[in-house]
This record gives sequence, structure tokens and C-alpha cells, in this order.
Amino acid sequence: MLRIRRFEEKAGQLYGMGLVGGFCHLYIGQEAVVVGVQLALAPGDQVITSYRDHGHMLATGMAPRGVMAELTGRAPGYSRGKGGSMHMFSREKNFFGGHGIVGAQVSIGTGLAFSNHYRGSANVAVAYMGEGASNQGQVFESFNLAALMKLPCVYVIENNRYGMGTSVERASASRNLSQNGAPWCIPGVQVDGMDVLAVHAAAQAAVAHCRDGNGPYLLEMKTYRYRGHSMSDPAKYRTREEVSEMREHHDPITAARAELLRLGVPEAELKSVEDEVKTLINDAADFAQTSPEPDAAELWTDILLENAHP
Amino acid sequence: MTQVLMPALSPTMTEGKLARWLKKIGDDVHAGDVIAEIETDKATMEVEAVDEGKLSEILVGEGTDGVAVNTPIAVLSAEGEAPAATPAPALPKSRAGSEEAGGEDERQVADRAAAVRAPATVAATTPEKVWGATKPTTVREALRDAMAAEMRADADVFLMGEEVAQYQGAYKISQGLLEEFGPRRVVDTPITEHGFTGMAVGAAMAGLRPIVEFMTFNFAMQAIDQIINSAAKTLYMSGGQMGCPIVFRGPNGAASRVAAQHSQDYASWYAHCPGLKVVAPYSSADAKGLLRAAIRDPNPVVFLENEILYGQTFDCPTAEDFLLPIGRARIERPGQHVTIVAYSIMVGVALKAAETLAAQGVQAEVINLRTLRPLDIGTVVESVKRTSRLVTVEEGWPYAGIGSEIAMQVIEQAFDWLDAPPVRVAGLDVPLPYAANLEKLALPQPGWVVDAVRKIV
Repeated sequence: MLRIRRFEEKAGQLYGMGLVGGFCHLYIGQEAVVVGVQLALAPGDQVITSYRDHGHMLATGMAPRGVMAELTGRAPGYSRGKGGSMHMFSREKNFFGGHGIVGAQVSIGTGLAFSNHYRGSANVAVAYMGEGASNQGQVFESFNLAALMKLPCVYVIENNRYGMGTSVERASASRNLSQNGAPWCIPGVQVDGMDVLAVHAAAQAAVAHCRDGNGPYLLEMKTYRYRGHSMSDPAKYRTREEVSEMREHHDPITAARAELLRLGVPEAELKSVEDEVKTLINDAADFAQTSPEPDAAELWTDILLENAHP
Repeated sequence: MTQVLMPALSPTMTEGKLARWLKKIGDDVHAGDVIAEIETDKATMEVEAVDEGKLSEILVGEGTDGVAVNTPIAVLSAEGEAPAATPAPALPKSRAGSEEAGGEDERQVADRAAAVRAPATVAATTPEKVWGATKPTTVREALRDAMAAEMRADADVFLMGEEVAQYQGAYKISQGLLEEFGPRRVVDTPITEHGFTGMAVGAAMAGLRPIVEFMTFNFAMQAIDQIINSAAKTLYMSGGQMGCPIVFRGPNGAASRVAAQHSQDYASWYAHCPGLKVVAPYSSADAKGLLRAAIRDPNPVVFLENEILYGQTFDCPTAEDFLLPIGRARIERPGQHVTIVAYSIMVGVALKAAETLAAQGVQAEVINLRTLRPLDIGTVVESVKRTSRLVTVEEGWPYAGIGSEIAMQVIEQAFDWLDAPPVRVAGLDVPLPYAANLEKLALPQPGWVVDAVRKIV
């Protein structure tokens, strides 16, 4: 969680310096969601999400250097500088993006689950979406398909209360998004997404349900993003008090730190983890700033794959 | 000691007004604290601290206008650290900026040269393979046989779509496949194009090889975002990691008397997009050979069939390994007076016109494009160099159509060989009407092609 927090702060800083272009959607505040879910997964399980994706990538084990270098549009970035903040992938880590079209990743994630089902593997796919995306038609189409075919897909709605500037109350007539799969009998629960242990427990149950061949499962994570929708969002649709309240009293990292101390982990050990993370992120930022831009020839690569057998 | 720089809060922001300081000298600052407000022409934004420390200096006062991005605005000192003189920060070098300043450096010149170097288009030099024995086959059977052959060869290939399994296909293209391959590999879907197309794209990214049947390509518009944004672009956006071996197939263009929403030719829509291959077969041999190639192709292939052709019979090679390469046109009829270029059902229209023209003493060369992306422009250009005249024929609308593209490429590559302006024959620029007489008036007929040729020959 701390790695994601420090990464995102640094990404925001680089954005402010003009080193990161385009859109940059930070995950600060929501860290407990991906960390809790990822810890419930097994090797071979797939993960897919939308454009607020830096946290998901780090949680799957992707290297901060490669992610940060993609943000700065450099050659050693995960997409060789051709994807940017919203479009990164790692076949090695089973991270399938990083998708810029709101809701598209939910159907694609359903297809990842379909592939597990088709192959008879025990793997599970996790498809994340924001509560804003949860209103897209193809999300409901996917729920129907997954329930009909009993696909092993955990749908995670990260309800951070605002789809850009529109609050969930103004966007969704559903007051309990965990029940959005109810017409298809998809079990769903609401989870305190600011509590990493609660997230982890819920994710374990969801993953077990899918792995046992019972079809899809829906988790609604009640979470919060501290920053604007993207870097250029002045966030005038909510009060400063609301943000401070969440930061000061519900921060997932502060809570986890307190819990670790309570369990007897020495302060010095936590401090050393903090230092380690700081070093890691500073190294990633240096790497991202000093790596070369992609070669001009990269313009014409990766458009089509060569035909192995014509 | 850490400098706080004027941040950019959008990709286009170059300067802003420092409206207000929310911390004063001597205050402790933690990461995430709001320390100032800045105004741009679009919004007022808060500046959050990224580092920790004591605010030891304010370098830009409240109310200062036109503060450039990356200007140091304050200094944070660590506990017990004395404020020191502030060195100027190294500003990130903007390439766009240096170009504006005039003059290109060597790398920029080299980069520009690399950027304009598009893959070359050359005419195929090897003759098409001779496949031996043939038998009369309908296009419908050819398509089914192609899928069956590839499903036998590769367990990762499966077919999904509306009515493909139990109903045996809305147009009976998948006849018999459920019996042979079972419901795991011949998958009926609900009427949910957007959802099942996205699902198929995901399955392809995970390494399977889906064939998605659209009952017609008109309904694929519900799913076009998944075809373009997900299937076609992801390989590029992932730096080559996420291939998407998938075939989108189904009838395209006008059927008969089904009116505008069911009668559109999407050839130019899909052919416009890098990352896709687009195939439009005419004969049974095209259908079988190219569909097998499409299923084996590691890229997303849009395979545009034609409902009226499904029942037509052509001689089709019977060889077990029969396959046609994607990206190669076929000269259906040689001739020296004019080149007629067509695809899909319009190849038949062009061939009929060529017969009429032959009776009038005009020998037309008819080219069946077979693939629209990558386009075999080499074959067309070589033909035009022999005939010096070009007529294109398509069922779709003329505006920004396939004919426009072919004519332009021929002008670019063989202008000096042309003895007359190219002529386009296309469907009328109207939504296709229902009434029998009106529909016939809107779709290209052999007579239109004859008239077009007679204008320039």
C-alpha cells in the first residue's frame, strides 16, 4: 500500500513538472482495495482494470521503474512508450490492462474468465471497475454472460463515490451496487474498501466461490480517492472537509500501520520499510526521467504480428 | 532542502496565477497537505505538498500572475536544516518547445525520416499456387468447411455468436458444427453483441482463437468499440505484448429488401483502421481459403461476407491444405483496355459488365481485391500501367469509400500512366430504401459499370 501511495505521489509530482503527459488518474486513498484482493489470488489468475491502473500494476508485481517510465513516455516503459498512464500490460504478471474506455475492461475480463472455463483451468479472473463504469450496458451484458456460462470472474466495483465529478447518488438509481448482479443471481457483498483486512477476507471468499465453479461474484468496495479524478480536476464537487475526514480518520495505510504496531511489529521495522519504499520510488523516478524516449522506428512496430504460419 | 515547483495541472498548462498561500513560513508541511492555490484560465486548483519539511522560504508571493510551470515557488527544509541559497532547477527539455524555437537537430531530422517511412507496397511477384482438383461448392459450404477444418486442426479455435449452435446458424453457415464439436466449442450467445464481442476479445488476449459470428455486420456496430479500441489497438498500446488472434465474420452489405438498418457496407469503416486486417471474399475459393488464413492469423481479422453470395456455387479446390494468403488480389479476367477493381459481390457485377463490354470490343481487366487491408495496391497499379484506365466498383457509399482510396493511391503511384481520370461506381449516397424499384436504383448494376467504362474508353 505504501509503495502505491509513494508511487502515486511521485507520479503526481512528475506530472506537475510536465514530465508526464495526457491524463493521469491517481489511486491515492484506494490502495487497500488492490492489495487486499491481490493477496487472495493464486499464480495464473488474471487481473484487468480501467485507466486508474497504477495501483493494480504495482499490486500484481510489475516493476515501478517500468510503470514510471511508461508515464514519462520512455522506451523501457511497459508499453515501450506507446500506451501511457492508462494503457499498460504485463503478460508475465497476468495483468491485462490498463483500458481507457470506461466499461470495456469488464467484458474483456469476462473473456479472460471464459478462457479459464474453456481450458478447464482453476484460474480466476478479476475485473475491476469504478462505480461510474458500473452503469455501462456492457457491464450488465457481461454479468448475464458470466452467470449464464458460470464463468470464474470476480467483479470488483471500486466505489470511490465520484465518477469524475458526478456523485454515485446522481449517477446510479441503485443504492447498493453489490446487488447489481442480483437479477442474474450473482452473489455480492459490500466491503469497507479502506480496511485491507476486510478487503482481503471478502476477496478470499469471492475467489474461492469462483474457483469452485460456482460462477461469478461481485464485490463492492466502499473506498475514496483523495485526489481529483485526474490531475486537471479541481474537485469542486465535494467539500474539503469530506476529503479531510476520509484522510484523517479512514486512511488505509495509517490504519494498517497502527494495527502492525499493535501486533508488536517494532517501529524501527516499519521505518525501514518506509525507507525502502522511498528508495525504490526515487529510483523509479530517476529511471523514468533519464531513460531515452522511444526510437522513431517504434512508430511502425507492434501494429500487426507477423504470421507464424501463413 | 527541497524546492516546490509551480506544477502543471493539465497537459496544456504553461503558466498560472499563484492565488493564495495556505501555509506560512515556519509551518510544518506533510505530504498531501494543501499548501497553495493556483488559478489557470480554466480552474482554481490546490497545490499539494509531495515532500515533508518546514516551509522555509516563499519565492513567489500571493497574487503573482503568469508564473511559468516549473518555476520554484517555495523551499522546504528538513528538521534543523538551515535555509540555503536556491539554485535554479534544471527544467525538463520540451521537444515541442525546441522545435518552436526554430531549427531541427540531427536526431529530429532522422526521426522525421523514420516516421514517414511507411511499409512499402509492392505487387506480388510469385504466381498464385495451383491447387489442382476442384468441385462445385456454395460459399455457405466453403465457409463451414473452412471453420471445421481449422477447428479440427487447433483445439483453441471456437465459434461463438447468436444462433450458431442449436439453430445451426441464422444463415446456416455453421450447419453441422455443433454435432461435430459440441457446445463447448460452438457457443450460442444471447443477443448481446457488445458484451460477447468484448468477451471474445478477452478470450483472444488470453490466447484462445475465437471466431465471432455477427448475424449481420449491421449489429456489430453495437460492438465496434471492442473491435477497434480493444482488438485492433491493444497490441500497439501494449508495446507488442497483447496480441488478439480473433476473426469477426458475418454478412455485410445489402441483402434484399431489408432496408437501411440491415443493409450497409462497412468495408471502408474497418479498412480505415490500423491494427485490423479486412477481408472481403467473392467466390467459394476466396471464402474457404481466406477464412482458413484468417483463423490462423495472429491478428484481428474482419471478414466481410455477403448474404446473397452464400447460396452461389463456384468451383473450389478440394486439397486438404488449401489456403489463400491474406493481402493478395486476384485478376479474375484479364484485359488490356480498362482496369475494373471490385470486391465481394461487386466482383460478379464487374464480371457481368466485362462480358457486355467484350461484346462491344472493350477488353476489361477485372481485379477481385479479396483483401481490403492490407490492400494489394501493387496488383492494381501494375494493371493500370497496362490499361491506363481505372474504374472502381463498390456497393458502399461513395464518400470516403474504398474506391476513393484506390483511385488516390493509383494517382499517387501511376499518374503518368493514366489516360483518363479514374471513375468510381458506388451505391447511391442515400440510406438504402425498402421498395423494390428504389432499392434497385440505389445499388450498382452491371449497366452502371458499363456506362462508367464507356465514359473513359
